[in-house]
Order: sequence, then structure tokens, then C-alpha cells
Amino acid sequence: MTDLLKRDLQLIAAGVDLFAEAAAGQAARVTRIDWSPPLAGTEADLATVLADPRRADANAEAVRRVQAVRALLVDVLPAGEVLGLGPRTMLHAGPPIDWVRASGPLRGALMGAAAFEGLVADPQDAVGPLERGEITLDPCHHHSAVGPMAGVITRSMWVFVLEDPATGRRAYCSLNEGLGKVLRYGAYSDDVIERLRWMSSVLGPILQAGVRRNGPVDVTAILAQMVQMGDEAHNRNRAGTLMLLRELLPAMIESGFPASDVAEAARFVGGNDHFFLNLAMPACKLALDAARDIPGSTMVVAMARNGTDFGIQVSGTGDAWFTGAAQVPDGLYLGDFGPDDANPDIGDSAITETIGLGGFAMAAAPAIVRFVGGTVADALANTRRMYEITLAEHATFAVPVLDFRGTPLGIDVTKVLRTGILPQINTGMAGKVAGTGQVGAGLVTPPLDIFPKALRALAAAAAA
Amino acid sequence: MTVEHVEARAGAYADSVTLMQVSREVASTPGVAAALVAMGTELNVDLLAGMGFTRPPSAGPNDLLIAIRAHDDAALSGALAVVAEALAARPAAGGSFAEQPPRTVSSAARVTGPALALISVPGRHAFTEAMDALDAGCDVMIFSDNVPVEQEVRLKDVAAERGLLVLGPDCGTAVIGGVGLGFAHTVAPGPVGLVAASGTGAQQILCLLDAAGVGVTAALGVGGRDLSSAVAGRSTRAALTALDDDPATELIILVSKPPAADVAADIRAFAQTLATPVQYALIGTGQPDLTAATEQALGQLGVPVPSWPHWPGRPASPRTGSLRGLFAGGTLCDEAMVIAAERLGPIGSNIPLRPEWRVDPMTSGTGHVMIDFGDDELTAGRPHPMIDQSLRLERLAAEARDPATSVIVLDVVLGHSAHPDPAAELAPAIEAVDVAVVVSLIGAKADPQDLNRQAAALRAAGAHVYTSNAQAARFAAELIEAAP
Repeated sequence: MTDLLKRDLQLIAAGVDLFAEAAAGQAARVTRIDWSPPLAGTEADLATVLADPRRADANAEAVRRVQAVRALLVDVLPAGEVLGLGPRTMLHAGPPIDWVRASGPLRGALMGAAAFEGLVADPQDAVGPLERGEITLDPCHHHSAVGPMAGVITRSMWVFVLEDPATGRRAYCSLNEGLGKVLRYGAYSDDVIERLRWMSSVLGPILQAGVRRNGPVDVTAILAQMVQMGDEAHNRNRAGTLMLLRELLPAMIESGFPASDVAEAARFVGGNDHFFLNLAMPACKLALDAARDIPGSTMVVAMARNGTDFGIQVSGTGDAWFTGAAQVPDGLYLGDFGPDDANPDIGDSAITETIGLGGFAMAAAPAIVRFVGGTVADALANTRRMYEITLAEHATFAVPVLDFRGTPLGIDVTKVLRTGILPQINTGMAGKVAGTGQVGAGLVTPPLDIFPKALRALAAAAAA
Repeated sequence: MTVEHVEARAGAYADSVTLMQVSREVASTPGVAAALVAMGTELNVDLLAGMGFTRPPSAGPNDLLIAIRAHDDAALSGALAVVAEALAARPAAGGSFAEQPPRTVSSAARVTGPALALISVPGRHAFTEAMDALDAGCDVMIFSDNVPVEQEVRLKDVAAERGLLVLGPDCGTAVIGGVGLGFAHTVAPGPVGLVAASGTGAQQILCLLDAAGVGVTAALGVGGRDLSSAVAGRSTRAALTALDDDPATELIILVSKPPAADVAADIRAFAQTLATPVQYALIGTGQPDLTAATEQALGQLGVPVPSWPHWPGRPASPRTGSLRGLFAGGTLCDEAMVIAAERLGPIGSNIPLRPEWRVDPMTSGTGHVMIDFGDDELTAGRPHPMIDQSLRLERLAAEARDPATSVIVLDVVLGHSAHPDPAAELAPAIEAVDVAVVVSLIGAKADPQDLNRQAAALRAAGAHVYTSNAQAARFAAELIEAAP
């Protein structure tokens, strides 16, 4: 039975303001909703999905599972060993795509990777085999992996191995190369390839030795701490990077590798503020994968871009991707690059926003708001706005400036369409011409039209 | 020379009451001949065409129509500036760091905790908002109409599973914790709990109780369809249970539009199991009318029945002809039809007592006719006639011009959210007609519009004013019978 007649009256009013006003005029406590109609054409599907008797429990379960995951860094290994990649398979960011539709930065990264793997002598020579489909392309997401920007992972690249101790499930991500001219931004010059070789021959083995000697590193715990230290885990990973180094450095030193190599590795990690991004991403992936395939759940479990398409996957609709055109981010440019130089949005790094970090946790990272072209007030407003499209608040990722309110957790497809608020993503910008590298950073959203597609599939599943 | 501006602005939304105020403001701007600012529902697009505007090539219900006819370009741009000003978002207090208002009930409930969600969005969106509210652990009052009955059943089933209450859809009235919600009156606390599958039926009883000096613990509107076969009293049971559990409620009155017979029987059997006595006010032939049911309730409470206030109008011998009823309240219309039909025979209506008595509400019929202007099909994209009297005022003049009209009966409903001064518009309109006008005035003594002042103004215009709708209907029928 309702306890409506027993408790003090609190009203929440959506719709005609007159009624809210009349109640407020009688000294009732009224919270007014700033209501607007859902995206036109989605009314019927919204009603069907909202009526799905499985939905409420399914979403609660999805939220519970995400938060139950502890992501531990347990090893560092070559991708060929742990992902079973053959010599002619390349993983990439975002939803599936072929060479013909691939954008400049993805093509550049694939060409550079072909040279790195020794498939061709010169990156330019890789165009033919890639065009002819002699190299298989597959999304990282289909292999429990994520990759920032172009996200290209090949067998000789080393990857972080993250594991949830309770279930033994794993997620993987490449090692971060730093900023500027790097493979993930589509650059493939000699120095790019040279750096990748050093990462595989020196950095990877030293990190492996460090992790194995030190024992597992609790990445989820570092995430929770760094959000309180000014990182949002997408465009700012400075605190996270230093915490990782603090934990691994003694074991790296004791690893028996030459001091000069260990020093070089430490210098490389410590000098790259984004190094931890490649641990934050698989930690998010591991947690979100736990929420996959819950019938009736409307929670987004992946947002990813391949430089051409923006795709989302939703818990209640299995492995289906709902895709639309990736947008060009709005932000600041390096040097004399400008909007004409920027490629549309690319990378699996939006997995951080999918769990409620990155752009969703902008209020936690006021130090970088100007870097992405905003003010501190914008950052607070961004995070607050994301609560409108999410199912819950994270129990351990807390935003100090919002009185330690949990970060917005679990993007709900129905809420996106009801409010018209799109997920806010912080991102780097790649040059659209293959070989260019990074041209800037800024803010971007998914294309609106992918959400009605996801809703339609949820409605079909609900009706069935 | 006139200039015309017609625009369908995509993605702009404001509620129908706000837009009515904007339309009025624009229409009264100097140099403006006609103006309509409204959402692009079918009804409003037709209205636009009816006002002589060119139909916009494409306009959907989520598009904002702005149609202005002005004497010259300067007046037009002035009018457009008024629209822009009126629709401009109010800046949030507290500067750029201030919190923005929540966008969904569930996000608001995260901050407030369990609440009563008051939903008055357009009917096709109401289910989604209400389900979201139930998910957030809120009880729900749905003012919206035009909600499909299967959605109503689903909401009420989910509410029952979770121990929550759904009031509505099409719930016009509630009083909870002393606060009048929707169209409601300022009434004192007292021993009566009301369960109402009828908004204006509940308002009539609240006001009669008020006249008798009796207050209420709560009035729970359950939606006009709750006692239909499809909904089968789902919320009525929940509301009866909640009131039975309330120690301050000594007597429950159950008021409904004509219920399905089997559902009414089931509810009566259910009520037998309660500790609190239940007085029924179920509209229909052979049932006590709302006034009689209220009198029986007063008898059970041991309160003397007062003489229900009325203000006799101009003595007149009406011309021979028909009775025309123009109602804002559906239950008041039902009750008046039951009373009049017993004396006068068939009454045509858009909510007819018998299917064969159905008439088109928008054209003047022949014979006795009573129209419910608050019915769903006449409120899509428009404010309720208790707020916006314009449709009824036009119709009042049209009916009076019809030589076949003898007597016009209409209701005037006061209280929270209703028109702030209905008599100010109605009295001149009544004064201008030469047929007998009978008004059923539904108001409580402490209502903001001032019951006595409203009655005096209507009476001065020549109307016969009753606070009992049944007495008003009976008097109107008697006038017809007495006509030569």
C-alpha cells in the first residue's frame, strides 16, 4: 500500500506549469521538471520499451554488475599471445569498417602497423594489400579489447591485461605512445615505427617484469582516487599515471633490466600524461562488459568510433552496433591546424564516458576545461546534465566539487531520447590526412540518429 | 493591407496554458489583427486554417506554430518580438554555477526522495513519464488525458506490484495533505475521504461538503475510466485501502462517472471488507445524484443538511425550444443529462447517455443537446475549458442566436488552476443573450476567485445561479417544461 497519505507531501511536476504554480501557492514543496517532448517519432517505441516488464530490474542489474567489477592489472603481454592475433589481422577502434570506408587516421595507423609488423618495407606499400582485403580488420571491442584513437593493435604490440578476480574475465589495451606524431593519431613516419619497436622490445618487457614482481595493480582503485585528484580519465590522466608509476617503479628497478632501460621506461611513462588512459579504458571496458546481454536493459555498454562511424552497443540488444556518422569535435587546435584539418571523431576511448568518466566527470577536472574550450561553470553544468541521461551514480567514483556525488553511471537510451541530451565526450582530434598525427582536442557528441535505432531494436525485443 | 506570418518552428516546446497566454499577449499587440501561438496538433492546425491562415506545409505536434496577421510589417515585427520575449527562457537564479532544473521525474526524485509526480504533459507522452516516476518509487497523479486504456492498465498494475498509487489518467482533482492538486478547492481538514473516478464529480461533492461545513482528509482522483470494465477499479481499490488505513477518515465517499455494472458490484463487495463505511455517488439513471449522495453522507456523519446556496436570476418566461448544455465538467454534464432526460427525453451529446444520442460536438444540433467541452477530443493541444473559456463563450453566443434554443445551462468551476475570474468573461456574454441562462457554480467559500463575488456577477448578468448542479439541471428542465 502507498504511504502517500502518511508522509509529508513532496511534489514533482512535469508539464503544465500552472499546476505546479497552484500547488506552490498553497505552500506545497514542488520540484518542477523542465520537460520537453521526446525526439519526434520515438513516442511509440518509448512507450513499448518503458512498458517492458524486464526493464527496471534489468537496468538495476546492469548497474550492479558494472560496479561489482574490480579491474586488476595482472600482466603485460604481446597481443599475439593473449589475443591470438595472426600475422595478417589488425584490430581497430570503433564499430566494424573496411579499408574503403576507413578515414585518413585509421588508414595511416593500419599502414604504419603493417610496416611495424614487417608485412611491408614501407607504410605506403601496405595500401595495396589493405585494399585487396589481404589484411583482416576487426574491431578491438570484438576481442575484449579497446584502443584509443585509431586503436590499431597487431600481434607484436604489447597489451595490458586486466582481470576481474571474481569472474576471471579479462580486458586488454595497447600501451600508450604519448602525444603528437603517434600511430594512434594516424602518423606512420620512421620515428613513429621506431618508438613502437622500442615499446615492444624494452617498455613492454620491463612493465611485465614490474607487474609480475609487484603483484596485481588495482586499476579501479586508482580510478577512484584520480577522479578526486583532478583527472577525468579521458583527457586528463596525470594523477593516474603518476600513481601507477609510484606503484610499479620499485619493482621495475628490481627487475634486473639495465638501469638505463628502466630509467628510459620510467622517463617515458612519467613524461606522458596520457599513459594511464590505456589502463582506464580497459578497466571501463571490463566493468561494462559485465553488463552485456541483460534482456530488457536499456543501458549503453559501449560507445566507440572508427573515424567514419560512431557506434553504440546496448545491453539488451546483444552484439548489434547502432551506427551513424561520426562528428568533428569542437575544440582547440595545435599550432596552425584548424577545423579543416580535423578528422571526424575516432577511438574506443569513449568507453570512459560510457561508464561516466571523461566528459561525464568534467566537473572533477577543472584544470583541463580550457584545454577543451570551456569554463569551470561549463564543466559543472556538463556533469550535472549527464545525470539526466544516466541510471545511477557511481558508488566509488566521487566528484569532490559536487559534494562527492558519484559520477553519472549507465547511459539510458530512453533518457537520451526523452531529454534530447546527448552524451558529452572529451576527445583528441586526429588530422584527417593519413600520416598527420594529432591536430587538437575538444568536445564531441554521438550523432543523435543512432539512439532511435537502438530504441527501435529494444522495442522489437520487448514486444517479442 | 495586411501582412501574414506563418511558421512551424521545430523543436520548440511550451505547454498549452503558457502558449494560450502568449497568443493573447500577441493578439493584443497594437496593429495585430489575429494571432495563434500553439503546438502543431491536428486540432490547432485546423484552428489556424479556420482563422484564415495558410496552413504551414508541414507541422507536427512537436513543432511550435506561430501565425500572426498584422496591419503592416512594423506591427508584425513588433508582434514577433513579443513572441520571442514571451518564450525566452527565464534565466536560472544564482548565476552560471547554479543547478539547472531536472529534466525527468526520476532525476528529480534522486534528490527529493519518494514524491508524488504530477504529470500533465500531452497524453501521448504521459505513459513514459508516469512509468519513469513509478520506477523512481513515486506515486503518480496523471492530469493528462488522451492516454490509451491499455497503458493505464499497465501503469496501475506496475503500481500495485510496487505498493504505489496511480491517480488518473485524466485525473483533474486531488486533495492531499491539505493541498489542492489540479483543479481543486480550498477546503478544510475533516472526516471525509473521497475516491473519485470523476474530477468534477469530486469537485461538486467537495464544494457541497464545504457549504455544509465539512472538510476532508484527502480526495484521491483515480481517473474517469477506473470503474470501466477495462480498468476494473484497479486504483479505486488502492485508494479505498489507503483511506481505510487512515485513522482520520471516518467516512469514504466514492464518486464515479457511470461505472460498468459488474465493476461497481465488485467494488461494493470489496468495500464491505473495509472498516470504514463507504457512501456511493455513482452517476446514472436510478442512482442518487451528487447532491443527494452528499446529503446521505452528511446524514451518516450526523451533520444537518443545509439549504444549498442559490441566487435566483431574472424572472423570465423562456421561449419555446430546446435545452442546450455547455459543460466544462464531464460528470456535471453526465449528471445534468440524467436529470434532464428523465423529464425531457433524449439529450444529444458528445458523451451521450445512450450511443444513439451521439452528436458532433462542434456543430449546433437540434433538440436538447449537452456538450462536454472537457472531453479528450476537444482538449488535444488546448488548455482545459476551465482555464480557457473561449470555445464555450463562442458557443454560448451561437446557441443563443439559434431560435430553437430556449434555455442554456452551463457550469462554472472555481478553485486552484481554474480561470482566475470566469465571471468577468461570462457575465457580459450572458448579458448579451436573450435566452434563459442557468449556471451551476462549483466553488468553495475560500476559493481564490471568491464564490460570492462570482455568483453576484453572474446573477447581475441575469443568470440563475446554483451551487448544486442537480438543482441547476432540474431548474433548467422545469423552465423548458413551463415554456409555452
